Amino acid sequence: MKYFRTALTHPTTWALALLVTAGSAQAQSAEKGKVAFIKNGCWQCHGFEGQGGQAGLPLAPNTKPLAYITAFVRNTRGAMPPYSEKILPNADLADIHAYLQSRPAAPDPKTIPLLN
Amino acid sequence: MSDKETPEALPRRSFLGGVLASGAAAAASLSPTAPASAAEPAAKPAVLPPSAHGAAMEAGMPTDPARIDGKPGSDFMVDVIKSLDIKYLPSNCASSFRALHESLIDYGENRMPEFLTCMHEESAVGMAHGYFKACGKPLLTLCHGTVGLQHASMALYNAWCDRVPLIIVGGNDTDAAYRPPGVPTFHAAQDINAMVRDYTKWDDAPVSLQHFSQSFVRAYKIAMTPPYGPVAISLDAALQMAPVHPHGGQMPTIPRYVPTSPPQGDSGAVKEAASLLAAAAYPVIVVDRAARTPEGIALVVQLAELLQARVVDQGSRMNFPRTHYLSSAAAAVAHADVIIGLELADFWATVNSYTDNGENEGHGVNGTRMLPTAKLISINSRDLTTKANYQDFQRFQVIDVQMAADAQATLPALIEAVRSAISNERKVVIAQRAEPLKKAYAEAQVRTRAAAAVAWNASPISTARLVMETLAAIKHLDWSLVASEGNVSDWPNRLWPMEKHHHWLGRSGGYGVGYGAPAAVGAALANKDLGRFSVAIQSDGDLMFAPGVLWTAAKHKIPLLSVMHNNRGYHQEVMHVQRLANFRNRKVNNGNDMGPIGTSIENPDIEYHLLAKSMGWWAKGPIKDPNELKAALKEAVAVVQSGHPALLNVWTQPR
Repeated sequence: MKYFRTALTHPTTWALALLVTAGSAQAQSAEKGKVAFIKNGCWQCHGFEGQGGQAGLPLAPNTKPLAYITAFVRNTRGAMPPYSEKILPNADLADIHAYLQSRPAAPDPKTIPLLN
Repeated sequence: MSDKETPEALPRRSFLGGVLASGAAAAASLSPTAPASAAEPAAKPAVLPPSAHGAAMEAGMPTDPARIDGKPGSDFMVDVIKSLDIKYLPSNCASSFRALHESLIDYGENRMPEFLTCMHEESAVGMAHGYFKACGKPLLTLCHGTVGLQHASMALYNAWCDRVPLIIVGGNDTDAAYRPPGVPTFHAAQDINAMVRDYTKWDDAPVSLQHFSQSFVRAYKIAMTPPYGPVAISLDAALQMAPVHPHGGQMPTIPRYVPTSPPQGDSGAVKEAASLLAAAAYPVIVVDRAARTPEGIALVVQLAELLQARVVDQGSRMNFPRTHYLSSAAAAVAHADVIIGLELADFWATVNSYTDNGENEGHGVNGTRMLPTAKLISINSRDLTTKANYQDFQRFQVIDVQMAADAQATLPALIEAVRSAISNERKVVIAQRAEPLKKAYAEAQVRTRAAAAVAWNASPISTARLVMETLAAIKHLDWSLVASEGNVSDWPNRLWPMEKHHHWLGRSGGYGVGYGAPAAVGAALANKDLGRFSVAIQSDGDLMFAPGVLWTAAKHKIPLLSVMHNNRGYHQEVMHVQRLANFRNRKVNNGNDMGPIGTSIENPDIEYHLLAKSMGWWAKGPIKDPNELKAALKEAVAVVQSGHPALLNVWTQPR
């Protein structure tokens, strides 16, 4: 985890990420994003809904900004392998972000009898 | 005349000879093609009166009805086995132990042990594994000494790593000059136990019946002395067949079994450990197989409360109540100044981290998770049985106070030593830890429930929803989670109110896939006798290694609720391949599946409910809508309560 943090707090990483994401912002499609989310194996650790689990952090709801996600995906040196632009183009990543943002809010656990 | 009556009335060989002779005569007299012979005397009767010898054979009582003189050696072996109160014998039949098999079911009347028909030796050993963890009693299994033991070997390795006692007996026709040629010779070896010697505690190849009785009792005793473990006996086919003979004027005897006391930690080391713990500002207790028995839980609780120390239960057994405010996540070690590990499988990984990120030429990156000044204490009986070849001893970790001893047996002395080491002033300081820890526990519970609520209504069904719907259906019963294979994000341990030893039986030990299904059936058998309700979270990949155990459960009426975590893939492996492709900057090839080629179990989907039904289970599925779970579980629970196994094929999220 400390490698993630190092990468994500480095100013160059953020600047690069913002440049990358600015160029692909107009291509965002939740529908395409769902396909890309599955095709690129994101679901394997984060679940089909991006809910996360023991193998991967939750990505939705409360999805982090595209710039953050992009910086993480491109530069991670932790348990999650990095996805280069060759493997996962910026446009697909933007679509995945849109898909994650489209996920419904989680119900309040207090309203779920089985969790109380 | 029944089969049972035959040997009492007549020697079987003579009886059959008589039947053949009279049958031939009768056939000749009734044949429509046989001409009436003019040469035959007309006055001769069709059936002659029996001779004096024949009459004696018909009416006389034989002195010895058996074809083999005396008591067969395998009957004596049954006497030995019965002396140890072994209740069941899961096994796949094989000719190399046919004599013992026959003795068990006929001479031994198929009781103590009862033969359970298995369809794979791996299933038989897996059943014995699960059975022990549910009730604390070892089982015996028989197999072919070569091909059967080869089938059984992965399950044996799991039992070895999980410190589970069981006795495996392999039939072997040793005498190369006289054994049958062909298949029995393919199935013979000089030393069958060599194959499993690296992951059994002890083995032997007895050459006389007296040797067998001593070896069997010794094997049981070694298996049942902590650290527990599997033991193997090679059983010669000729020894099973030969009659019992006196040796030196004495018939073979059966030694009395007397349990061996478990090893306790050295008193000096116990005192040193107690001083460190009593003086610690933030002690943490990490437990993995600390509670060998239900009594172990109470001891861990006593030590934790005495120190107000957080407890991290790594979960190879149910060591500490999840409902206790000192129950904590693994991250607790990060701030500890003293960490005591009780029967840990891997102390290195408890206090260090490893990141599989492809760096260092693919070796990944190591890191530490503990303070550099933290003191480490270990009590671990596995230190007494370390072997060289298989690497289950894990990475080397420097420990400050290390006891090669059984933790549960050492805890009473350690608790007393800690009590003595805590001054009255220190007691006040320690007591002040309680309130913040209670608050932290309550906050962690809220966070866990919030995480479980995400994707609560998703389809495929979230693993959190799966396990909480299951709990709701069984919580009014004396339930036992007998296995949870595949990764369900550990929701049962995070959300279920686990307090009793049988609430959670732990994992496979060696992570050999295929453990879950047979271990669940074996544990359910033990729980059946104890009046408990057994439930398993059954993953798809695990079940398909040897699904024949489903038939065994139905055949022997073993009640088990199997709720499938059917994520349609080998998810432990899915990410490995994805990770390697990314490291190499290549797009992974999924073929027509969702995961990388070779990791998915789809196209076609397996209809597990139909598979189970075909083997005599009540089953339902595939269930993809979370709103259908409650009703299906209610039906399934009712079936299990009626004494039968039931399976729900549930499509789930990956983890």
